Amino acid sequence: MKDQKQTLHPHRSIDRRDFMKWMAVGTSSIASLSALASCASDKTEAFFQQQFKELDEDELNAVLERLERDYKKNYNADIKVNATKPMENVVFGYGLDLSRCVGCRRCVYACVEENNQSRDPQIQWIKVLQMDKDRGVDLRHADPYYNPETVPEEGHFYMPVQCQQCRNAPCVKVCPVEATWQEPDGIVVVDYNWCIGCRNCMAACPYGARHFNWATPQIPAEEINTETEYLGNRPRLKGVVEKCTFCIQRVRNGKYPACVEICPVGARKFGNLLDEQSEIRMIMKNKRVFIFKEELNTQPKFYYFYGT
Amino acid sequence: MLFKEFIVGSIRLITKGSRAYWAWISALLILIVIGVVTYTGQAHYGLIKTSMRDEVSWGFYIGNFTFMVGIAAAAIMLVVPAYIYNWKPIKEIVILGELLAISAIVMCILFIIVDMGRPERLWHMIPLIGKLRLGQSILAWDSLALSFYLILNFVIVSHILFRAFKIKDYSRKYVIPLVLLSIPAGIAIHTITAFLYNGIAARPFWNSAILAPKFLASAFCSGPAIMIILFQVLRKTTRLKIEDGAIWTLAELMAYTMFFNLFLTGAEIFKEAYSNTEHKVFTDYLYFGIGEHRKIVPYGWLAIAFDTIAFFLFLIPKTRKNYITLNIGAVLIYSGVYIEKGIGLIIPGFTPDTLGEIYEYFPSRTEIFITIGIFSTGFLIYTLMLKVAVPIIMGEFNFKRSEKQKLRVSRVTSLKT
Amino acid sequence: MPSPLHRKIILIGLLFVGFTGCNNSTEADQDQLFPATTNAATAMDSTILIPVGSFSSDYFPCMDCHSEIVPNPQRRKLVEMHDDIVFDHDSENRWCLACHYIYNRDSLVLADGKRLGFDESYKLCGQCHGPKYRDWKLGIHGKRTGEWNGQKQYYLCVHCHDPHSPKFKPLQPMPPPERPEQIKIDSTYERSKTDTTST
Repeated sequence: MKDQKQTLHPHRSIDRRDFMKWMAVGTSSIASLSALASCASDKTEAFFQQQFKELDEDELNAVLERLERDYKKNYNADIKVNATKPMENVVFGYGLDLSRCVGCRRCVYACVEENNQSRDPQIQWIKVLQMDKDRGVDLRHADPYYNPETVPEEGHFYMPVQCQQCRNAPCVKVCPVEATWQEPDGIVVVDYNWCIGCRNCMAACPYGARHFNWATPQIPAEEINTETEYLGNRPRLKGVVEKCTFCIQRVRNGKYPACVEICPVGARKFGNLLDEQSEIRMIMKNKRVFIFKEELNTQPKFYYFYGT
Repeated sequence: MLFKEFIVGSIRLITKGSRAYWAWISALLILIVIGVVTYTGQAHYGLIKTSMRDEVSWGFYIGNFTFMVGIAAAAIMLVVPAYIYNWKPIKEIVILGELLAISAIVMCILFIIVDMGRPERLWHMIPLIGKLRLGQSILAWDSLALSFYLILNFVIVSHILFRAFKIKDYSRKYVIPLVLLSIPAGIAIHTITAFLYNGIAARPFWNSAILAPKFLASAFCSGPAIMIILFQVLRKTTRLKIEDGAIWTLAELMAYTMFFNLFLTGAEIFKEAYSNTEHKVFTDYLYFGIGEHRKIVPYGWLAIAFDTIAFFLFLIPKTRKNYITLNIGAVLIYSGVYIEKGIGLIIPGFTPDTLGEIYEYFPSRTEIFITIGIFSTGFLIYTLMLKVAVPIIMGEFNFKRSEKQKLRVSRVTSLKT
Repeated sequence: MPSPLHRKIILIGLLFVGFTGCNNSTEADQDQLFPATTNAATAMDSTILIPVGSFSSDYFPCMDCHSEIVPNPQRRKLVEMHDDIVFDHDSENRWCLACHYIYNRDSLVLADGKRLGFDESYKLCGQCHGPKYRDWKLGIHGKRTGEWNGQKQYYLCVHCHDPHSPKFKPLQPMPPPERPEQIKIDSTYERSKTDTTST
């Protein structure tokens, strides 16, 4: 009898308990689907994201928010990602006093901390080369692995090398997708979400300044610098290229790069090349600067000099 | 419809074969599976599974890519005499060269994909959808040139084969211009690939004007080496007629291009040795090592030895016409150029690196397994294409025959029911 | 590899030495010492000079003791006090009273007899080290922190160079980079998070 009733009038046989059950299933599945969808939509958004320069204001904000969500999830830290615009009438220049550098490598590690570089596998944007005083700047006999008790070692001098922010950058020239370009304030930047990891730029760089994330970068949680730039020190991902950005997150807010601040002997100088009163212009006026591998016509904005 | 017949018939051809054929296919499939499994490990952990590091950021994959671009370009070695000089003995077998070009380009694309840090972002290189920087990036141009060459060869070959399937002559109006276009296209792909290295001032070993001619010369002697061996195999396993003259002419052309290759190598060595600047250090690393860093020195000399012996074997008519020495020569030339491009081009370019550091790169297990997997993929694609193309060329696989097959099948099924 | 704590100590130490002012200036003097400005310039009076901070309360102010001691201009080796100072700064031609004013030890003295506070010690250094002084004023020599386009903090000479023994002491270098051969994944390498494909 009951079966017959159900077959003839199927609707009336649904009682309140069934209704509640179906509502519960329905809402929970919609909720979980939408949660999956937002997670999935983040992933699809990330996949289809255009290059940084193509994004308009709203898209850029959405990207920055998505990145902050992602970093919170993956690093469990409130990492802020900014997209600070370059200042007007500013072209950054860097000076390095070879008569002062003692090879202590504090700049290397200050940079690593400030810019969230991977500790394992190790990435260091600055490389300090120990040279022989007898030979001068001679790369065949340079040694980046020196490790004496104290520096400077007798008979040696030290030459740190990092991205030279070339005006005629070969890395920018060869990138097939324009994942790297020169900003108006002179900094050569990398869009980590656009880079395809072909490493053509690394082959083209004459200064060994570009580094690759051969594996997912690992940064200890307590050492993460949470004030980051999209084009600068935000944590990178596996398979993309990175390099020194003159601490773009600092210099666009008026601060000195971390390497300049930490140098205990004042070997590092930084300023606006368009400002005649800046330290770097004073150096060019009063000292004799030279360009590393000048014959390659890369026209760097990194000037070596001998203060004494 | 005829196209469906073509597909069905092709599948039937591919799935029928001798024991040797199945042994070959199975071996290739096993190697491909090993390659794929190894690649998942590399995709998971990152390119750290290779031996490449910041100091030597390109390695075995790119070396193999360069070599395979050369093989692809070599197809035009057959096209030129066949269509330009209308040399009959080669005409039928040009298709086999073009099929080789297709397999080679597919392998090139695979080598690039496994070398990329973020392969899912390959779409960034598609013009209009992504952002292909054709302004100054040679790599951008290379991707277009290779894609164009692949499509061109595919169109030519599928047109000719499908028409042959329909027992119709191919349309000379369409095919001849396309074939003639494939000649500069083939030269272009390898020249552009050479420019990829040539234009990098940071690597003095590559920054030499003779790189492009040297690439072309070595390509034109290595590609036909496969053809020579293949033609002999096909002559024995199928009823395809290939004249001795065709093979010997190819070998003679290879002798001249190998001479040019050796001459350019010699010119390079002279320039480094005589001017004796610091840039000599890269050539030193390849042939003499630097201090105790001597990992690739044997390979440098092996390549020269193979090339020179092969040159003489192909030059002297007696050894050229003797099939034993001819085949030895073909293997030697292929190996010699493979070592030259795979190991002797990329690694010395990076060693020492831009800041004078020496990191001795040698391919890791991951790289070797993935490379073997990609080679097996290329061989597999080529084998399957040949399995269809050769019967078509010989007139054994066409729509009439497949009709007969269908009638036979329907008769059998009607008998059964 | 030095621990993060070690690195932080070095950083704080440098800043601490810079910012612990320990001189006899009153609050009013403090204001004069740190004139505030927002323009970028290299003129001396629009920057902040980081005061020297190596004086302990044992010695300062000097006149606490020296007001009761009869000044003795005779060059001699000190025995009773300040015998711990290693004097290695042209010791053939100079000694303490070349820089310290004989009648008021809370002051320094220039060659023409003019007195100078410790906060202006750079002028004393500049007497003999003219080119270095010129370079320092332009920012070519020495260290500056702060804002490259705004307020800068200049470190004084004595900040880095001990005036009694000015030669720069060797430092312990931080660890060398890993060799590329050492960068690899071993079996214990754990992926603590999946690859951040969505960033």
